[in-house]
Formats: sequence, C-alpha cells, structure tokens
Amino acid sequence: MSGKPKLHYFNGRGRMESIRWLLAAAGVEFEECFLETKDDLTKLQKDGSLLFQQVPMVEMDGMKMVQTRAILSYIAAKYNLYGKDLKERALIDMYAEAVIDLNELLMTHVIQPADKKEQHFATIVDKATNRYFPVYEKVLKDHGQDFLVGNQFSRADVQLLETLLMAEECKPDILAKFPHLQNFKARISNIPTIKKFLQPGSQRKPPLQEKDVPKVMQIF
Amino acid sequence: MAGKPKLHYVKGRGKMESIRWLLAAAGVEFEEEFIETKEDLAKLRNSGVLMFQQVPMVEMDGMKMVQTRAILSYIAAKYNLYGKDLKERAWIDMYVEGTTDLMGMIMRLPFEPADVREKNFALSLERAATRYFPVYEKALKDHGQDYLVGNKLSWADIHLLEAILMVEECKPDILSAFPLLQAFKGRISNVPTIKKFLQPGSPRKPPTDDKFIANVRKIF
Repeated sequence: MSGKPKLHYFNGRGRMESIRWLLAAAGVEFEECFLETKDDLTKLQKDGSLLFQQVPMVEMDGMKMVQTRAILSYIAAKYNLYGKDLKERALIDMYAEAVIDLNELLMTHVIQPADKKEQHFATIVDKATNRYFPVYEKVLKDHGQDFLVGNQFSRADVQLLETLLMAEECKPDILAKFPHLQNFKARISNIPTIKKFLQPGSQRKPPLQEKDVPKVMQIF
Repeated sequence: MAGKPKLHYVKGRGKMESIRWLLAAAGVEFEEEFIETKEDLAKLRNSGVLMFQQVPMVEMDGMKMVQTRAILSYIAAKYNLYGKDLKERAWIDMYVEGTTDLMGMIMRLPFEPADVREKNFALSLERAATRYFPVYEKALKDHGQDYLVGNKLSWADIHLLEAILMVEECKPDILSAFPLLQAFKGRISNVPTIKKFLQPGSPRKPPTDDKFIANVRKIF
C-alpha cells in the first residue's frame, strides 16, 4: 500500500484540478481513481467514503478528506505553502479565494447554454481584466518581489498561475495589459515541480470539451 | 480610535452574518458601518478599500480583510476556535464547508426566480435532513462529546448552530429526527457569549425579508 494521496474524481479538471496543482507544486506524488459512470459515484456514496456524498475526495494521512477548500488548506499548511503567520495566511486566503471565484467563472463557461455563452464570455473577460488581474498586477508591482505574499512561494502563487493559464485558454491575449503577471507566469512556470506538471504526460488535465459535457453530467 | 473590528456590509445577514456569529462567540465586540445606498457602495469602491470591489469587508488588526472565508479563518485562528493541529483544522474546515453549502442554498432562495425557488426550497430542506444533519448527528454520536471536533468549542460548532437555527426558521421541526443535534443546539446556545448574541438587541440580524431583498437589488 502506497503512502501516496489518492484522488477520487472524474477524469477531468473540475474542482479537483486546483488540488492536483497544489500537490504537484509541493512535489507530492499522488494516485488517481477516476469515476467513469454514475455507478462509480453511487458505490463511493454507499460505502460511506464521501462525508457529504460529494467529490472531490482525497485519501490522505488516514483521512478521507472532502470539500475542495478544506483539502487545499490542509495541503498548503502541511507543505509550508501558507505563509509564516496568521496575517500572511489571511492575505494568501484573500488572494486564493478571489482566484477561486474567477476559476468558477472560467470552469462554468463550457456548460453555458448556447444563448448565454457570449454574455458569459464577456463577463469572464470583464471580471478578469477589471476586477481580479489588476489587483495581482499591483501587488507584484508594489513590492517588486517574485511571489505574492511574504517573499515566499505559497498556494496563492500556484492558484494564480493555474487561473492565468485557464484565462489564456479562454482568450490568449488576456494578459496583454499586465506585464507583471506575464513575468509572474513565466517565473512560476519555471519552478521545477511546476515545470514538470506543465509538461505532457503529467497528471494535469486538459480543458473540458463541449462534446464531453454530457458524459460528465451523467456521472453527477 | 477603537481597536474594535469594523464590519462593512448591508444591514442584514447575507455573507456577513457568519462573521458576526464568530466574533460574538469569541467575545469580540465590533462596530458596523452599513451600506444603505448605491452611493455608499460606490464611495467604498472608489476609496480603494475593497480589494475586489466587494463586501463583506472587515477592518481588523491593521488589515482591510475581504473574502468571507479568509475573514472567518483569520478570526477562528486568532481566537483559538480552529482546533489544536492540522488534522483538527481539516475536520473543522470540512464541517464548516458543509454548513456553508447548506446555508448558501437557503440564502440564495430569495434571489432566485419564483419557479425555481419553490423547488430549491424543498431541495434545501431535503439536503438538510438527508445529506448534512445526519453527518453532524453521527459525529456527535460516534465520539459522545459536547463539541464536533477535539472536545473543544470551535468554529465548526458555532457555524453548525447558525445553520440549525436558519433551517429551523424554514421548518421548525427539522431536528425531530436528530436528538443529539437538539441537545447540541441547547448546549451551544447556552455558551455565555453565544447566549448573549441570541438575545434581542445583539448585532444578530433578523431573517431576510422582502424589504431587504429590494434594498439589496438597488445597492448591488
């Protein structure tokens, strides 16, 4: 039996992707058990593995952890990606929570009904470029350091990079007005554990294609 | 200048209510500045104090904190309501995320279109009775202790009490099948700081009514 964390989810990004990113960034190898049918989910629900009948679920350190945020916080704290004190932690949480909000917008784009897609896309671009990216651009500009908080690599950096890349998948020139974010993206992408995760063959998942949405919906 | 935390929000529950609960339970006095008009919100936004242009915002310990979970985590950690180690913290996070999901379902109801609202109202009661409350009932049953985690009052207990009272406002007999939660409710309500918060004249806000909804729509 390996000591590696075991991730239970469908074979796609969804809410598990941020967890894959964080484990990978921390240099933690993990295994994955993919839900492929509704029966797979039902089985997990019936055997009591899912506290609230939901995935993501991560088996780690003797726990069957659920709730994406709880899992991310645990991993961040365990692997020293959560700042050095309460105030740095608060700042990391503020940055991470906002990134999660933007992620949510990005993730739900593919499941929008056809008549709502264009409006949703406009909302994504508006929020990303007017509400979220300017904040991180300014943070990096003001302190001139390599990382968002405390001059030290943290979960905030990992989650921001994940989101920047997802936003670029949506609109490739979305970072045009944000030179510090462009540099940040290059810098964080070059961290060895992250560089490895960004290479083909890693456990990083591709974006969900519209054609695959029905199959995923059928599981849940 | 008071050292008290200062809460910026509309005069109603919303996302700030859990923060009021937690501060009150921790015995921390706080001030509130209410956003009453669109202009009030614009003024806050223009003054640059809202990191992502959103409330809740809590001025505390030299920070202008935003993002509800970041604020709650900070308060919980600062006032020793977050367990004694990483694993207890993970359990508290898991439990809190569950009650957050449940309360979120109920809080969204007034903002949903009428045809969907009735369906979701029924769904939230069903989820309370079959997905969420059984988990907390079982947790209390399994360890036989007074509090959810680590035999000590934590954020999880305070949040669960808030959720129980909120669901009871929707369906007064919702705890009929959960004797341990009934006892828990009695017990936690009697914690002196919480008892005080539950009395008239405290900063606790009344249930959301139509007048509040109309006002919120105007402001945001």
